[in-house]
Amino acid sequence: MTINQLSQKLDLKIVSNTPKTTEKAVTGVYSCDLLSHAMAKINEGDVWITVHTNLNVVAVASLTDCACVLIPENIEIEKQTVERAIEKDVILLSSDKSAAVLCYEIFKLIKDL
Amino acid sequence: MNNVVVRDYIIPANDFTIAGEASSNVRKILSQIGVAPDIVKRTSIAMYEAEINAMIHGKGGQAHVEIDENKIVIRISDQGPGIEDLDLAMQEGYSTAPDSIREMGFGAGMGLSNIKKHSDILEINTAVNEGTTVLITVFFKQE
Repeated sequence: MTINQLSQKLDLKIVSNTPKTTEKAVTGVYSCDLLSHAMAKINEGDVWITVHTNLNVVAVASLTDCACVLIPENIEIEKQTVERAIEKDVILLSSDKSAAVLCYEIFKLIKDL
Repeated sequence: MNNVVVRDYIIPANDFTIAGEASSNVRKILSQIGVAPDIVKRTSIAMYEAEINAMIHGKGGQAHVEIDENKIVIRISDQGPGIEDLDLAMQEGYSTAPDSIREMGFGAGMGLSNIKKHSDILEINTAVNEGTTVLITVFFKQE
């Protein structure tokens, strides 16, 4: 499933759009707000759910090759983070749902593949 | 092949706008020369943690990177306050990071243990009020 398809199914907003949204495959989901922990555990292809919206999120996403970063609960994303994400080819998504609900819904979709 | 790639980077103090640039650059070089993706990931994680440490704790510093056909050696040094008790600092969960850093998602006390976990050889030289040097080696062919 591509990020575009995932966004449509779960009504996610694509905040930073890059060519990868139609190419990159989503293969897993991971949720964690401790950056060191997340960095060590995120697998390539994961949707990473975090409440952080600072620049370091883009660095961690880029280092781990996660499929995209998903910010839950409509948390506002800093403008410089969005700009950096576009620059680094990192996809940021946003949703009004909580991290727990998003994990459940993404997991269900991936499991059915 | 005896080519050695050498790179030097300046790590500024407390500047999150360019934090991770050195690691990101090294990651790109390793990918370009065809190093296996899992080794690239290990190296970037170890280097990023060390870079962030130098930025947060060491008042900034320098990164010196040497890549040959077998390995990458990364030396990150700062002239910061040094580490008083290295054994304690190596323990997962121990951190001296201020609240402002914790609010950004750092300061969980995992930096040094993460570096150790993702490198093949880790050497730390530190002296109070003089600074800290972290030497990370990652081999491209894992035994």
